[in-house]
Parts: sequence; C-alpha cells; structure tokens
Amino acid sequence: MRNRPTRRDGISWLRRLNDHLATAAAVAAVLLVLLPLAAIFIYLVQRGIGSINWAFLTRTPTPVGVPGGGMANAILGTGVILAIASAIGVPLGIGAGVFLSEYGRNPFGDAIRFTADVLNGVPSIIIGIVAYSLVVLRQKHFSALAGGVALGIMMIPTITRATEEMLLLVPVSVREAALGLGVSRWRTTLSITLRTAAAGIVTGIMLAFARVAGETAPLLFTAFGSQFWSANINQPIAALPLQIFVYAISPYDEWHRQAWAGALVLILLIVGTIAVVRLIASRGMMKGTA
Amino acid sequence: MLERVGSRLPDELFRYAMIACGLSVAVLLGLILYELIGNSSLSLHQFGWRFFTGRIWDPVNDVFGALPFIYGTILSSIVALVIAVPLGLGVAVFTTEMCPQRLRAALSFSTELLAAIPSVIYGLWAIFVLVPILRLYVEPGLMRYLGWTGLFQGPPYGIGLLAAGIVLAIMVVPIISSLTREVLSAVPRNQREAALALGATRWEMIRVGVLRNARAGILGAVILGLGRALGETMAVTMVIGNRPEIAKSLLAPGYTMASVLANEFTEATGNLYLSALVEIGLALFLVTIVVNALARLLVWSVTRGLPARVHAQ
Amino acid sequence: MGVGIEVESLNAWFGATQALHDIAMRIAPNHATAIIGPSGCGKSTFVRCINRMHETLPETRVSGKVRIGDMDVYGNGTPAVQVRRHVGMVFQKPNPFPAMSIYDNVAAGLKLNGFRDKGKLDEVVERSLRMAALWDEVKDSLNKKSGASLSGGQQQRLCIARALAVEPNVLLMDEPASALDPISTGKIEDLIFQLKQNYTIVIVTHNMQQAARVAEFTGFFLLGNLIEFDKTEKIFTNPSDKRTEDYITGRFG
Repeated sequence: MRNRPTRRDGISWLRRLNDHLATAAAVAAVLLVLLPLAAIFIYLVQRGIGSINWAFLTRTPTPVGVPGGGMANAILGTGVILAIASAIGVPLGIGAGVFLSEYGRNPFGDAIRFTADVLNGVPSIIIGIVAYSLVVLRQKHFSALAGGVALGIMMIPTITRATEEMLLLVPVSVREAALGLGVSRWRTTLSITLRTAAAGIVTGIMLAFARVAGETAPLLFTAFGSQFWSANINQPIAALPLQIFVYAISPYDEWHRQAWAGALVLILLIVGTIAVVRLIASRGMMKGTA
Repeated sequence: MLERVGSRLPDELFRYAMIACGLSVAVLLGLILYELIGNSSLSLHQFGWRFFTGRIWDPVNDVFGALPFIYGTILSSIVALVIAVPLGLGVAVFTTEMCPQRLRAALSFSTELLAAIPSVIYGLWAIFVLVPILRLYVEPGLMRYLGWTGLFQGPPYGIGLLAAGIVLAIMVVPIISSLTREVLSAVPRNQREAALALGATRWEMIRVGVLRNARAGILGAVILGLGRALGETMAVTMVIGNRPEIAKSLLAPGYTMASVLANEFTEATGNLYLSALVEIGLALFLVTIVVNALARLLVWSVTRGLPARVHAQ
Repeated sequence: MGVGIEVESLNAWFGATQALHDIAMRIAPNHATAIIGPSGCGKSTFVRCINRMHETLPETRVSGKVRIGDMDVYGNGTPAVQVRRHVGMVFQKPNPFPAMSIYDNVAAGLKLNGFRDKGKLDEVVERSLRMAALWDEVKDSLNKKSGASLSGGQQQRLCIARALAVEPNVLLMDEPASALDPISTGKIEDLIFQLKQNYTIVIVTHNMQQAARVAEFTGFFLLGNLIEFDKTEKIFTNPSDKRTEDYITGRFG
C-alpha cells in the first residue's frame, strides 16, 4: 500500500549525486569563465602600468628604435572620431528611440525594432567597408570623418534601444498631466517625457560610447591611423585601438610595451564609463521613472 | 479653431521627423546592402558561384577563391561554440538558479566586464599570453594524446585555428550567458514550484521546470553567440595565422572572412581584388543577418521580447 | 488507513516579518479541511509549510513541528524532497508543463522518481486521469497535445492528476478554483468530494460557500493566527469567536 512513507521511498543516491554534480558543473563553469577575465586584467595592469607616464600620455610616437614617445595623438584621435560619431549617432538614435516608444507601438514599429536589432549584429568590419564606400571612395582619401561615420552608425542601435526603454519607463500619468494642461504632443515629448528619462538616456549613450570606443575594425580603412598629431577631420587620424593593434602585431618590443600601456588606458576608460553608468543607475538618479 | 489647426502642424512635423529617424535604421541597413553589392559587382560577375567553392586565393594572379575563408570562419566558430555553450549555459544556470543573492551582482558585473573588453585587447592578450601557453604546453599535449584523431597535427605554432577558437569562445560566453539568463528568468516561478511540489531535487527542478521550458530561447542565445563569432575580426586576425589554406588540423594556421578583410583591404591593388574582398564582406553580411534574425526570433518566442511596458502608475 | 497531519507551534517568517504565529492543529485523515480567512492572513503560507515549499522562497524561516502520519516533516533526517514526494500540491494558477504532452505531464513525478516501466506508467497515467475526471476528455490525445493546450479547468484537473500520480498521502490545494469559471469550479469541487475518501485534503479558499460545500472541518486564520478550528457546520452556524463571526458575516475581508 502506498500509505506509510517507508525507507524505500527516500530519494535515491543517484538523484542526489546528479544534483551535486550539476551544482559542481555550474560552479566550475563560473570559475572557468572568471579565469580569463582575471588573467586579462592582471596582465594588463602588470605589463601596462609601468609604461603609463606623463610622456606616454602627452607625446606622439617616435620612430622605431628611438625610446620615449607615446600615444597622445591616438587618444586625441579617438576623441575626435567619437565626437563625429556622436554627432551622427546620438540624434538619430534618440530620434529612432522616441519614434519606437511614442509612435511605434504597432507592427511597423515592431519591424523597425527588429531591424535595429539586426543592425546591431552586423560585424563592425562590414560597417567599415560601407563607410569606406560612402566617404573614403568619394573623398579619395582616408579621414577621421569616415571613421566617425562608421562608429556613428554602430552607435545607433544601442542608443535607440536604450532611449526606447527609458521612455517607456516614464509613467503614462506624466504624459497625461502635460497633455491635460494643453501642451502639444511634440512639446510633451521633448520637454516632459524626454526630460524625465534623460538620465537613463544619457547612460545609454555612455554605454554606446564604451562599446564603440574600443572598436578597431571599422577604423582600419576609414580613419586608417597616423603617427602624427592631428585633429583634422579630413585627414587620416590615429585612434587608440588602432594604435594598439598596429603596435601589437609589430616585431618591436618597444612597441609591444606601448601596446600594453595603450590597452590599459583604453580599458580604464571603458570600465570607468561602465562603472559611472552603474552608479547612476543604482543611485536611482533616474527620477520620475518607475 | 484656427489656433488648433495651427498647433497641429508642429505635432505632425514632429511625428514625421521621428518616423524619419525610425526609418533611418531601415535605410541604413538597405544602404549597407546596396553599397556592398555595388562594390562587389565586378567580382560577382567575374566568378559567380565558383567564388565560394574556389580554394585558391592568389591576388597576384587574379585568382580569387573564398573557400579557405569560409572554412576558417566556420571551423573557428564551431570550436568557439563547443567551448562557449556549456560554459555560458553553466554560468546562466548558476546565476539564476543557484547563486546566493549577495554574489549575484558581482557575477553579473563580471560578465558585463567580459563583454565590454574590446576585441583588440583580447587579441593583444591572446598573442602574448594565450599563444605561448598553447605553443609550449597545450598543443604538444594535444598532439601527443589526441593526435590520433587527426585534428591535432603539425608543428605547434601556437597561433592558428585553435587559438582563434579559444579567444572567440571567451568573447562569446558573455553573450550566451546573459541572453540565456534573460530567457531563464522569463520562465514563470510557478513552473519551478510545480516541479518542486512533485518532489524534484533542485537539479531536476531546473531540468524539468526551467530548461525544458526555455529550450527555444536557449537555442536563440546560442545562435546569437554564433552570429557574433562569425563576424569577430580583430582578436581572430591577431592569432589565426593568416594563411588561406584548408587544413584538417586545428593546430594549423587559417584565415577567416573577417580577417582577410582586415588584413588585405588596404593593400588591395586593382579593382578586381577590392571587389573580391567586398564580395566576401557581402557574404559575411548576409550570413550574419540571417543568423541574427533567427536567433532574435527564437529568444523573442520565450520572452515575448517587447521592451518594458509603459507603466500605468 | 488514512494519514493525518499534526501541527505544533508552527511559526513562519518572510525576512523579518512573521507570517504565522504558533499554529497548532490536528487535521483529520481522509477528510477535507478548509482554511479560510481574509487576504494576507497566512493561509497559503500555512499550507506551504506543510510540504516545505515555504522555504524555497528567499529569506524565509520556519520553526515548529509538523507530522504527516509517522513522518516528521522538519526532522533532521527528513529531506525536503522526500516530504514533497508524499504530499501533492495543486496551485492557484494551473501550471502544467507546457513543453510536455498530457501523458508526460501526469508521468512527470513518477519519471523523476525513477519509474521507467512503460506498462506501469500507462496504467498509472490512466488511473490518475480517471481520478481527476479528465480521462474521457483527453484519452485520445495523450501524446499529441501539450499540457498547456487545454482549457483552464482541464489544466487544473491535469495538475490534480499529476499530483495524484505519485500516490501522495495528502493533497494540498491552494485556492484551486479561484482562477476558473463556475462550471470548472463545480467540477473541481465534485472531484474533491470523491478524492477525500482516499486522501487527506487541505484546501485553502477565500470562498466561504466553497468551504461549506466541500469540507468537513474548517480553520479560520487572521493575521497569521489560527483563530478557530472546528467542524465546518459549527464555524458557519455558531462560531465561538467574535472575529470568526465577523468574517463569516462579511463584516471584513
């Protein structure tokens, strides 16, 4: 009979073993994944920290064999390219995000949303080819502008998604309060809804920044890189990730050393940006959103 | 009356402006396709389908066969997935079902960090840290014990398909794990409770009440990881060896579609050469689009992937 | 023959909030016992303490004793998994496994416990579905339809069949009909009538008429305390405690 629980009914040792094995496997996976993360950061600090000094941050590259020299032009170049990229990516990205949240709750909006996701997955080197075709071929030379165009295109999907999500978090009641006061729709969106979601949107933009700041492939044949100090958008320009790449695959130890230093600077910038974003998000500085 | 009509105009303009922004996303995608096709037309006409079956890549003699790159891309991606899928799933299951509450934030921050490291830094680390380890310890070991499979032969250069696969795996794990986490979290709690109430152990509850329900989404996460692996450029370029040959051994140098673009685009002399390279880009573009679209659909089917609803507060 | 439940000094917490205060009850074997009370009074928590489901939520705590027949539920040597194996639970919102067929749903508990014999499984599945009054409706599509493709009432009966398949001694039902339409509710109540001859049933309900129809005994909970526990007839016609009377007559909750 089934009534009394007997010793035979206890869980079999096999089931208990499987349970423990599964837990062990999951823990092992976590450790194996954290291992390269730790290794990369440790090596970056170990090999890069010694070479980061004032000279590194303020000097331009010297010819091979001549010691000293730095990546100042690369840092500047990255700044220039990111500025151009933002000029393209931020307005379009926010606009598309506004569209999706305010006017896109329908199949057409769904299609655009899907397209943005697909655009996000396009390999960055392909975007580079397109920017090459659109800008470099027409101008007949490499330029910071071309690099900015490439990175700008890449920023759009991230900013769009972030903007849409943040705008959707703004409660209907806030919009209705404004509309009820007789404020027109476009005014409501710009001055009220966007303003309420502003902090969140800014974090989205910063995340997009962090993502494209490290991109090398799209710059290979757009910005092209340079050994000189330049902020001219119509000329080839250095960029931090590009410089790291060129130095890393070179045969010179001195350049390898600088590659590590440059990598450390780059990762600090990126991780710093992400940390700031997380700080803003956790402090709940996004007031007015749920 | 007039006032209302007048104030409608800016609203309409604004709406059109926003629609235009939304459309720009689609326009961009179309533009990419257009430019790729336009710039590869020379090669498309010259070689037709033979482009993708040709094994010889000889720019000097104007012979362009893309098969070695396709082979390298697929093989490195497979190696990456074989490593990354169990690890990514393991991390996701641990984070959602087993992780103590206080560790959760640290763990998710760590995976976010992994995802944020730029490709070129992965490549830098791979060249100077991973490759020597492979060359000195791992590959000789693989050759000795698993050489009979035919997969681990030839001189242990360190660089090559295996190195590329391993770096790709590290880069792809965060994608698989974070998307799988999203998918697992979307499984309703009462499914877990149904399994527990039947007397399931925790692992059985995960298997029956969570993983089984999330199958489609997990597959989507894996395919998305594949999509990323296919298009990954810098880290792969730095360790794959850049040799356009098809070899059975994983220890051999190889070449991927993205790598040949990175390496040879600026060196391309002649329109046919450039056109052939763009054609490789076109193929890569189309493949990644299909793969990514498929993955998104699968994930969406589990999470009903619409973004946060408007809060009716 | 049947198995009763003895509860002694049961306390339960959600984090720092105490949800149950010193509950003591003896639940009669092979009868249906209803647990009633206003929202938030702890009735679900109480029932979930019987099969140790309460502790599956984060930051929860339980103290006290619960005995199901000879089994000391919170005893040191009793794994929670074993307790749940002997207690069936049906939830407020039907939760069949959507990725499994009807057959696989019913067999799920058995398969987990190691039953592989196909003949035996077939037999148990049919018996359970008959007991849950669902057999005739699904017997032709056992392996073709998924558990989630049935109507709400059918899904709940499927969940009942799934719970019965592992031959528990006790059946816990947490507002089993509150998400269903009146006709399905009626069917579930008929089912409980049948089942209580062979199982000890504890049913949480916010529907007093349901308690009166279906259960011989009723316990009234308020703010985590057991106020009164007696024959259903007495609770509803001549309650001893004023608070019970207030609740019955609809003065609150």
